[in-house]
Amino acid sequence: MIKTEGLTYTYSQGTPFEKTAVKNVDLQIEEGAFVGVIGHTGSGKSTLIQHLNGLIKPTSGKVYIDGQDIHDKSVKLRDVRFKVGLVFQYPEYQIFEETVYKDIAFGPKNMGLDEAETDKRVRETAALVGLDETLLEKSPFELSGGQKRRVAIAGVMAMRPKVLILDEPTAGLDPKGREMILGQIKEYHEKTHSTILLVSHSMEDVARFAEMILVMNKGEVFCYDTPPNVFTRADEIAEIGLSVPQVTKVFSLLRQKGIDIRGDVYTVEFALKTIKEYIARKDGKNNA
Amino acid sequence: MLKDITIGQFFPGDSVIHRLDARFKILMTALFIVMLFSAKNFISLGVAVLFFIIAFAASKLSPKLMLKSLKPIVPVIVITSVLNIFFIEGITLVKIYKLRITDQGIETSLFMIIRLIALICGSSLLTYTTSPIVLTDAIEQILKPLAKIKFPAHELAMMMTIALRFIPTLIEETDKIMSAQKARGAELDSGTLTQRAKALVPILIPLFVSSFRRAEELALAMECRCYNGGEGRTKLKTLVSGGKDYLALSITLFFLCGIMVLNLGRIGFEA
Repeated sequence: MIKTEGLTYTYSQGTPFEKTAVKNVDLQIEEGAFVGVIGHTGSGKSTLIQHLNGLIKPTSGKVYIDGQDIHDKSVKLRDVRFKVGLVFQYPEYQIFEETVYKDIAFGPKNMGLDEAETDKRVRETAALVGLDETLLEKSPFELSGGQKRRVAIAGVMAMRPKVLILDEPTAGLDPKGREMILGQIKEYHEKTHSTILLVSHSMEDVARFAEMILVMNKGEVFCYDTPPNVFTRADEIAEIGLSVPQVTKVFSLLRQKGIDIRGDVYTVEFALKTIKEYIARKDGKNNA
Repeated sequence: MLKDITIGQFFPGDSVIHRLDARFKILMTALFIVMLFSAKNFISLGVAVLFFIIAFAASKLSPKLMLKSLKPIVPVIVITSVLNIFFIEGITLVKIYKLRITDQGIETSLFMIIRLIALICGSSLLTYTTSPIVLTDAIEQILKPLAKIKFPAHELAMMMTIALRFIPTLIEETDKIMSAQKARGAELDSGTLTQRAKALVPILIPLFVSSFRRAEELALAMECRCYNGGEGRTKLKTLVSGGKDYLALSITLFFLCGIMVLNLGRIGFEA
């Protein structure tokens, strides 16, 4: 479980460049949840997530992982980082080893796992992210962009963190690569039941996978709720410069036209069902 | 942490010093260094420092900023002064075991400290008040006459511009890579010396790779805009010198002459 209390962070405090990136964030994320984190550029998403594994120390406020204050003197930050895995934006730029295998094994080795366990984890994780066994002995620098991205993500997944945070894991990928990575994250979530925080620009992606959505605006939590509840506030979300999924937009336009249809639609599948229901209902009325 | 580095940083402003022609500023900084090294006694050194203080006051920068620029050289200052205190011969003042502190030692180290601080402050004043682009432009023009002997003045200036431009980018990149490796459990600030050196590998390799990638991208972008060297290239902003520049240079020369004259006097320390 992740909990923050009055989390505030100010960059370059005491200089003319001072800027508060995160303001008074009180948050509680349940274990095993799949959370989508959405916000405009500069809304404090990236800063917030770096607090959760102790890479940034809050200016004020506290971060609790499983009920423990991570900046308490008795807590080793390194252990926190094994518990809370963080995949940065463009993670392929952190790859450094000679072979794909060694790079994925870097995290598990740092944890002090033995050879056999490391080997098992590397192979399992590589398979999970769809990397072929033959690729493991290749140099990561020979791979394609999408493959490199998956190597880097596997490097964090192989540590089996209880919480996996991914900062824009699909940025700069083609639609096929995007689908692949999102699918694999979902699969990882289902297999390990770990908590996932997926930071994204795309409401579409978040709407499809997340059980909870955290909307950030100007460093503050705008709302933290289930997707239907978040998307019924479509107008407010549009006001802070974010867009709701296209289907949701269509449905809110329909409602504006006076059509009595539900407004909490955010996936295409559900939209189809809703429309069918609506037509059936209307036909029923007409027939009566 | 890495963001606190101020060397080579530029702080925009609108003071007399900011507006001076960069070529003159470079020349004046060079003359200031000559002043510092030709000063033979405390009085002439004091005059050189006075010259700096006048220039600094005219630049309207905050003294805090200057102190910040001195931070990285504190160890150098401490080591040189300590060595000087103990190893210069003279009349013994204090004796600790075999080490002697002499009057000459204290004088010399004080002299060195002032000289070092003034040296750093003086060159910082140049970079604080001159944008890197203008600075390299000025260097290019100063070196231009050397092109006759096939000296690649333009190429050198372009390389400097690019290098300066990428310092903040690389610092940011290093910060990011360090965070990413820390997130994977890399230990950067503990362990034995060899362990620490090994821990740098996961940071240096990605940094190298991305520098090459950036260099290639930049080269491509430059070629796309038809860059083909300095020949026939005109400048959007040309450096112009005016009365105030010559005036400032005359003041500098006046101070330099003053120091030369004061050096003749036998007051205080003799280097």
